[in-house]
Amino acid sequence: MNPIAEYAIALLLLIGGFFTLVGAIGLARLPDFYTRLHGPTKATTVGVGAIVLSSVIYFSSKGQGVGVAEVLITVFLFLTAPVSANILAKAAMHIGVPTTDSTRGNTWDQ
Amino acid sequence: MLDRLSFPQPYLSLILFAVWQFLSDGVSGASVVMGLVLAWMIPQLTRGFWPDPPFFARPWKLPPYLVLVLYDILVSSVSVARLILSGREPKPILVSYPLELTHPLAISMLASTISLTPGTVSADVSDDRTLLLIHALDAESDDEVINAIRTRYEARLKEMFQ
Repeated sequence: MNPIAEYAIALLLLIGGFFTLVGAIGLARLPDFYTRLHGPTKATTVGVGAIVLSSVIYFSSKGQGVGVAEVLITVFLFLTAPVSANILAKAAMHIGVPTTDSTRGNTWDQ
Repeated sequence: MLDRLSFPQPYLSLILFAVWQFLSDGVSGASVVMGLVLAWMIPQLTRGFWPDPPFFARPWKLPPYLVLVLYDILVSSVSVARLILSGREPKPILVSYPLELTHPLAISMLASTISLTPGTVSADVSDDRTLLLIHALDAESDDEVINAIRTRYEARLKEMFQ
């Protein structure tokens, strides 16, 4: 395999792993439910994006054609991640999950 | 009866058909048949969720917008990662964002953009579609959040849809 492709794949995997790890740390460290929502939704965007991109490079450099399926996976993730974050936040507000004291502004429930 | 056999949303059907061809390892007889079934069935089943057909006044503005959003995702991921690793307490804020967009598809695109860009999650839309509740992870004031979204995303979406 082309060495440039190998370096690019390794780098993208590291970036993806790093952001997924940071997302997990954020989930554990941030103070309340609403701030914790930010961790996982972000890990999917950059973390999974980088990992999927490295998979695209791997399979194209092996001459098995450009992996359209991987690109589609990314598109689906980018389409569904905001929806699930939105539903989680809505559900939390509906059952009245409290925000941390440092949060300014109020939730609403309609 | 004929209505039930039609394609209520030709573009959505086309996209579904094309996506199915890409997903099923190469075009074959089976994938074309299955693609046609899906392209017919999914718009039929979900037609209740699309009260007005999607409408773009300036569709060519969409690709630059997507590039901008991708760039912002990268930049702000780094800033959120830095916040998480720094150990500093975040300053979360809930912002009621007064929407200028009116088209439901435009609003949902704005809400998705807000949720995808790190640091902000859109939590709810008011029933009359005039307010968007946004949770920002770390911001000084609601004006800061509102201004950033207003100029960066909503202005561009408005051009696209109106």
